Amino acid sequence: MKIRAQIAMVLNLDKCIGCHTCSVTCKNVWTSREGMEYAWFNNVETKPGIGYPKEWENQTKWNGGWTRKSNGKIQPKIGGKWRVLAKIFANPDLPEIDDYYEPFTFDYEHLQTAGESQAMPTARPRSLISGERMEKIEWGPNWEEILGGEFAKRSKDANFEGVQKDIYGAFENTFMMYLPRLCEHCLNPACVASCPSGAIYKREEDGIVLIDQDKCRGWRMCVSGCPYKKIYYNWSSGKSEKCIFCYPRIEAGQPTVCSETCVGRIRYLGVVLYDADRIEEAASCKDEKDLYEAQLSIFLDPSDPKVIAQARADGIAEAWIEGARKSPIWKMAMEWKVAFPLHPEYRTLPMVWYVPPLSPIQSAAEAGKMGLDGAMPDVRSLRIPLKYLANLLTAGDEAPVATGLERMLAMRAYMRAKTIDGVIDENIAKKVGLTGAQIEEMYQLMAIANYEDRFVIPTTHREAGTNALDLRGSCGFSFGNGCSDGRTETNLFGQPKKARNPMEIV
Amino acid sequence: MNDTLNHIAFGWYPYFALTVFLCGSLLRYDREQYTWKTGSSQLLRRRQLTWGSNLFHVGVLLIFAGHFFGLLTPIWVWDMLGVSHSFKQGVAIVVGGVAGLMCLVGIVMLTHRRLTDSRILKHSSFGDIAVLLLLLTQLLLGLSSIFVSLGHMDGHEMVKLMSWAQGILTLQPGASAYVADVHPIFKAHLLIGMTIFLVFPFTRLVHIWSAPVWYLGRRGYQVVRTHRKGARGVGAPAQPAE
Repeated sequence: MKIRAQIAMVLNLDKCIGCHTCSVTCKNVWTSREGMEYAWFNNVETKPGIGYPKEWENQTKWNGGWTRKSNGKIQPKIGGKWRVLAKIFANPDLPEIDDYYEPFTFDYEHLQTAGESQAMPTARPRSLISGERMEKIEWGPNWEEILGGEFAKRSKDANFEGVQKDIYGAFENTFMMYLPRLCEHCLNPACVASCPSGAIYKREEDGIVLIDQDKCRGWRMCVSGCPYKKIYYNWSSGKSEKCIFCYPRIEAGQPTVCSETCVGRIRYLGVVLYDADRIEEAASCKDEKDLYEAQLSIFLDPSDPKVIAQARADGIAEAWIEGARKSPIWKMAMEWKVAFPLHPEYRTLPMVWYVPPLSPIQSAAEAGKMGLDGAMPDVRSLRIPLKYLANLLTAGDEAPVATGLERMLAMRAYMRAKTIDGVIDENIAKKVGLTGAQIEEMYQLMAIANYEDRFVIPTTHREAGTNALDLRGSCGFSFGNGCSDGRTETNLFGQPKKARNPMEIV
Repeated sequence: MNDTLNHIAFGWYPYFALTVFLCGSLLRYDREQYTWKTGSSQLLRRRQLTWGSNLFHVGVLLIFAGHFFGLLTPIWVWDMLGVSHSFKQGVAIVVGGVAGLMCLVGIVMLTHRRLTDSRILKHSSFGDIAVLLLLLTQLLLGLSSIFVSLGHMDGHEMVKLMSWAQGILTLQPGASAYVADVHPIFKAHLLIGMTIFLVFPFTRLVHIWSAPVWYLGRRGYQVVRTHRKGARGVGAPAQPAE
């Protein structure tokens, strides 16, 4: 057993209102610069839909993630090492920028400079890549917002597999949910595996997956390797970039920008201890439907004295073990089992998990026909098909998602009985395999969701390994050689150079 | 006068080019890793790249290997192996010709793509375009030298070029004399070849140094780094400011 710690995230989709605050704050901090206009480290998709980039979940098209060979070993779906190198001159699995969208701006200046005319002047779109006029915007980062576009196109969504999808095109049966997405900081990352330069790595201390911008050579295999398409090739710098889980904030014990600014308070951050020696075994299990359970099985109980002793031996700081005991992630994923991984069938063992959304009772108007399971409605009569959620979160296995949804319904029933009727009904809790105390705790964490309960982030002990003196006076978060981006603006005529912000990439 | 010019071009210039090539690469690798990259434009436009890039790279790798072994293997090794000069030249013409044509088709496609696609053109640096045109010119010269070579199939011109290349690399003074009377096409080919070495460290060509063959030797697939001193983890310790 080799214990490692990871800062993991859970998103409670039941409370996501699709406001895109996470995406916008993230973009403002990290990707608002040339080459990355099209890239959203965090984006929010309306489901069902093909998403961003187009059809990212369709792995027969993009070949992301891992595949299990007949001998039981796994290898990246884009191919083993020789295959990856053979594809290096032109990568057949790389999306084109139009699969994301061509970034554009508007001719705002024209609004001020236009001469007198009969019609109002307009600000027309212009490509941020070629600088040319774009007559018509065909696609954008969030083109399918709130079910925009025809159902025929949106229903190419891979999560409809095994669902009679045609009926959901009808207005009466339509359903939707929001899916905020970011890098999953996987335990078995396919991007790391497919990087020929070895520039992408997982940090042992907190599990954050980063791209070494100095070592990246732009072979762009990681973009294809990642099944979530959460690595973006910066066409200006020629390097790949990805969500960095706001590691400078995490190291200081602060939540990521997307979590901090989430107005719905749907995001949770906390420590999970896991057995690094069993990653490959868990990712290689035969049946895709077992992958969710396999991943749960490598998470380690931070209250177990044996685990604590081994964690100490493996150099995990005391504050981190303590953090793991208080981790909201552990409670939601392991104790209550209401959070699930996104597409475990990709075999990457993702570490950003999701609480599935409840939805209105299907055809509630058909009063009396409503499937009731005691005091609670049957989760199979919820408007979002259970199979759809299962395809998204548990490789199609409906039972765990059903249990999760039932527990959330039970929490509502229990708390309603308590606060409105003044009755403590232990039976409701018992029916879903919990106790009243657990439901109270669930309510505190998931409904009240106080800041200090949502974010339990121990600070990083970098002082143990890094000579902090070296960092003094350095450029902080920057690219290139210290504060230099490798481009000089030599001026023969002695004029002063333009003042530069060390963050700036021109 | 002619001797002097010849000596400057083929006696001094090679050392100048090689020095800049090696020191420049080293300095850039040491100081400006962030700029060390392939500069792929595939994301912006896939069209013409799949065929163009594959043909170009496979062709150019074959040509490079041919030049490397063909020029730098000592002549006595060939003699010992019993490979006659005319046979060697014949093989070089056939293999080089095929590889050269592949490369030519590829580079013409890539050049066309770079110069006509507004997305790519807008984001091409002077160096990106210059290096493409330089390689194209060099390739055309190399291919046209085949016709010169067909005129003397006994391989004596080839031996001159081999002697020159080996002479330069073994620091023999007067190596430039070997190529004093070769056909002008060969001379132009040599000059542009050395110029490619000269500009190498200042362009995207540096990605050749980083051909990721080490990937094949990576144990397993995963890479983990740690700050912790003396940790059990694998991988090199991380840099402080990354």
